[in-house]
Amino acid sequence: MIGSLLAAAQNADAPTLVAQNISFGIIAAVMIYSAIRVVTTANVVHAAFFLVVVLAGASAQFILLGAEFIAITQVLVYIGAIVVLFLFGIMLTKAPMSGEEKLSRDNWPLGVLTSVVMLGLLGYSLVDGFGGDRIPADLAPTDTRVVSDAIFSQYLIPFEVISVLLLAALIGAIVIARRD
Amino acid sequence: MLLNQFLLLAAALFCIGVYGVISRRNGVLVLMSIELILNSVNINLVAFSAMTGAVTGQVFALFVIAVAAAEVGIGLAIVLAIFRNYRSVDLDDVDLMKG
Repeated sequence: MIGSLLAAAQNADAPTLVAQNISFGIIAAVMIYSAIRVVTTANVVHAAFFLVVVLAGASAQFILLGAEFIAITQVLVYIGAIVVLFLFGIMLTKAPMSGEEKLSRDNWPLGVLTSVVMLGLLGYSLVDGFGGDRIPADLAPTDTRVVSDAIFSQYLIPFEVISVLLLAALIGAIVIARRD
Repeated sequence: MLLNQFLLLAAALFCIGVYGVISRRNGVLVLMSIELILNSVNINLVAFSAMTGAVTGQVFALFVIAVAAAEVGIGLAIVLAIFRNYRSVDLDDVDLMKG
C-alpha cells in the first residue's frame, strides 16, 4: 500500500493524473445528475436547460481527452443550435410550463427496470473487457490539422454524404413543418 | 486515467437516455433523450480515439454530431406536424397505424 503510494508519488505525472481524475469525477457526477433530471423533471423548459448542462459536461470530457475541436464543435452545434431548436419546439407546441400535464407514462417502472438491467449488463461487459486499459498518461491535445487531414483525405466520401444528408434533412424539415 | 471510467459514464448516460425514450410521452422530451444517447456514443468514440491515438474516432464523432443536428431538425418538424394535426404532442395519441 505505502510502497505503491511512494511509487505514485515518485511518478512525475501523478499530480496531473490526480487532478484529471478529480475533475473527471466532478464533471461525471454533474452530468449523471443532470441527465437524470432531463428524463424525470416535470417541466419541459427545465429539461432543456438540464440538457445544456449534460452537453457542456460532455464538452469538458472531450477537452479532458484532448479532443479540442470536438469540444468546440459540441458547444457550437449542440448548445448553440440544437438546444435553441428545442426551445423553439417547446414554444411552438405550447408545452405546459408548470407541469400540470403528465409528461411520463404510467409504465415508467418498467423503463427503470429495462435501463437498470441494461446498465448492469453493459457495466459488467465493460469491466470484463476493458478492465485494466489505460488512456496514455502523456496524452497530448489532438491537433485540429490532423482531424481535418483525415476528413478531407481518408473520409472524404463520408463527409460529402454527410453534407448531402444535411441538405436533404433541412429541405425535408421545411417541407414537413410548412403550413399549407 | 482508466479507459473504463469514460466508457462507464457513457453507458450510464445511454441507459438514462433509453429510460427517457421509454417513459416520456412528450415528443420533444423523447427527442432530448435521443440526444443523450447520441452524446454517450460520442464520448465512447473520443475515449477510444484517445486510447489508441488514432484520429478516426474523432472524425466519426463529428459525423455523429452532424447526423444529430439533421435528426433534431427532422424530428422537431415531425413533432410540429403532429401538434398541428392532433393539437397535442402526446405520443400516446398518435396511434393511427395501431392494429
